[in-house]
Amino acid sequence: MAEKKAAANEKPRIGVFVCHCGSNIGGFVDVPSVAEYAKTLPDVVYSTDNLYTCAEDGLASIREGIRKHDLNRVIVASCTPRTHAPLFQATCESAGLNKYMFTFVNIREHCSWVHMKEKDKASKKAKDLIRMGVARARLLEPQEEAKVEVTPASVVVGGGVSGMTAALSMADMGFPVHLVERDGELGGFIRNLNNLYVTEKSASETIKPLIEKVKAHKNIHLHLNSQLKGVEGFIGNYEVVIGTKGAEDLKAKVGTIVIATGALEFVPEGLYGYNQYPNVVTLTEFEILCKKKTLPKLKNVAFIQCVGSRGQVKSYCSRICCNVAIKNAINIVDNYENMLGLMEKSGTVVEKIPVETKATDEIMERRRRRRGRERGEEGEAEEVKLGPSEKIEVTVFNRDVMAYGVEHELTYNKAREKRVKFVRYTTDHLPKVYMEGNQLMIAYFHETLKLERTMPVDMVVLSTPLVGQPDAGELSQMLKVPLGQEGFFLEAHVKLRPVDFATDGIYVCGTCRGPADITECATQASAAASRAAIPMAKGYVQAEALTSVVDETKCSGCGTCIQVCPYGALRKNEKGYAEVIVAACKGCGCCGATCPEGAITMTNYTDAQLLAESRAALEEV
Amino acid sequence: MNSEAVHAGSHGGDGGSEHFEPKILVFCCNWCSYAGADLAGVSRLQMPPYFRTIRVMCSARVDPEFVIRAFEKGADGVLVAGCHPADCHYIGGNYRTRRRMALMKMLIQQFGFDPDRLRLEWVSAGEGEKFQKTIIEFTNTVKEMGPTPYKGGV
Repeated sequence: MAEKKAAANEKPRIGVFVCHCGSNIGGFVDVPSVAEYAKTLPDVVYSTDNLYTCAEDGLASIREGIRKHDLNRVIVASCTPRTHAPLFQATCESAGLNKYMFTFVNIREHCSWVHMKEKDKASKKAKDLIRMGVARARLLEPQEEAKVEVTPASVVVGGGVSGMTAALSMADMGFPVHLVERDGELGGFIRNLNNLYVTEKSASETIKPLIEKVKAHKNIHLHLNSQLKGVEGFIGNYEVVIGTKGAEDLKAKVGTIVIATGALEFVPEGLYGYNQYPNVVTLTEFEILCKKKTLPKLKNVAFIQCVGSRGQVKSYCSRICCNVAIKNAINIVDNYENMLGLMEKSGTVVEKIPVETKATDEIMERRRRRRGRERGEEGEAEEVKLGPSEKIEVTVFNRDVMAYGVEHELTYNKAREKRVKFVRYTTDHLPKVYMEGNQLMIAYFHETLKLERTMPVDMVVLSTPLVGQPDAGELSQMLKVPLGQEGFFLEAHVKLRPVDFATDGIYVCGTCRGPADITECATQASAAASRAAIPMAKGYVQAEALTSVVDETKCSGCGTCIQVCPYGALRKNEKGYAEVIVAACKGCGCCGATCPEGAITMTNYTDAQLLAESRAALEEV
Repeated sequence: MNSEAVHAGSHGGDGGSEHFEPKILVFCCNWCSYAGADLAGVSRLQMPPYFRTIRVMCSARVDPEFVIRAFEKGADGVLVAGCHPADCHYIGGNYRTRRRMALMKMLIQQFGFDPDRLRLEWVSAGEGEKFQKTIIEFTNTVKEMGPTPYKGGV
């Protein structure tokens, strides 16, 4: 039906529908008298009460009211607009009324339900609220939602697993993708790693097919040694500048942007003798040593978990380090033979296995008994071939092991079967790494034995958390997307929109939004790619109808609005006046409140409408 | 409209906090505070019936002028409620609001208003109880201060 009742200059004809909501409102507010009162308000030509306005007969009464009384504005006084506004708006539209000519007045959550013992005062408040709604409705204007075209191309920032997966996914859907990688090689953080858990396959072998596919894909334009240097525009119409070392800047038009810049490992400067004693390394440095096969001959290795995380330097748990440490512990035990091949490399050989001296007789007795029981019950235990673990001691100092996921608990069990020792520590008694002569030592408090103990070690591996890229802040400012306190990018909604940014057209995946393992990165990347594909496949987006509008005759060109806009939705036009990029505007109204000239109007939340509402609220009646 | 007479009467009348029914205007942002107020309703949290809520998309939509106009029209108190810091639906609108309201408190003081007649509060969508607590507290504060000193003159 044509929206014949949309004309703004028509004299308002308001219909008010007051809902009983069964007894939810009707029980605490005198609904008939409220509906009666509404008739006395200016421009109200029709008012009625419904048992349930949201039920089919209630909606029918709205449609009938619009038709019979030639209404050009509709007010429903019932529940919260947060749930039923779309329903009533659709009803208005079905009767030929622009949906922005609808006003919702909340007399349930904000009135009947919170003033249940004061029917008189609740009824008076309901009347006031409707008076406010009428004051607002009189000034409403119809709004149109503009369509904005979307360039079907994307740019992916970051060439790690996440970036490559996202790029490949979109390229396979047929969209041209610019993949921007800062390094001279694809692969990202994984290039440091030796092998990957669960599969036990070499990391570089695992991602090789992915890299080859990306390099060979006709839809992927690979930019190595490159960075995103500038971004302008809005969803569907981004103009990005890609800067490559030793080449001219490239400008590209894209519709969407995917951020997959990854993370770094936290450097535990000053913790546990890192950078102070030899053979104290981080988890990733250990992986590099393994990968390059430059690990010295080891007899006794200690992992310390949660170094710098979970309240030490960073507040969060990095999630993946337990699994990574378990993987490496198993590797050390299993690949002991391989390590012997590196015997000629320097390294300290520990001859004596330390025996604690402080154990009480009671504990020694308990231990003797336990040994006896083991022999008695398992019988064969003594004859089981112990394998390499006999020769190498691996201890994992942990606060608690979080082997989350389907496979990992079994891997954890496997590590224990292989005699990897898991020793718990608490933050009250952190393990201490020190040197005794030429010997690296660890002193720790054994939580079960309640004993201070020491042990010599050949190598200490510190499991430190993943941290955000140090220059993530620059990217966040360039794109106007938020960065959390811990330096990771913040998604639009932690549960429901995990790979979107609040800004339309920009998506996020992988470790730049928080610690994640490779499986999770690939999952997020596929998700981000498919989210980005939605506007690109559709070819257009429906812009927000409620945006700011600049009155050039009042604008002084001061630029304050440009500064405060969180979305970069305002710019100066060639005449020096502020101009709204409709597709980028989210309608928050921050600019409207800022403008010193009153040159900015927020559609549907105009100064006039809000002031009228406020005046009506304070009116003496 | 006899019931309204009580409200109107109290204004010019004895002014005692017992019978004084303050006029409190509340600006709620759509995403957090309005939803928090909804939750208070859904949870049936009872509160004094003297506040009237205006929904804005973001607390940053609250033009300082709206506050001044509200006091000019006889509001006894104005409450602006928005998302908690770092939780703004519009990234950082609430930070603007925080600065503006800090200035507005100083400004209304210049006009002879107790700065406590203007209050800024963060109420998230999950904080129905905080909304209730805020309304009760603010109503009591305003009641203690009595009717607005502004009598409609210039």
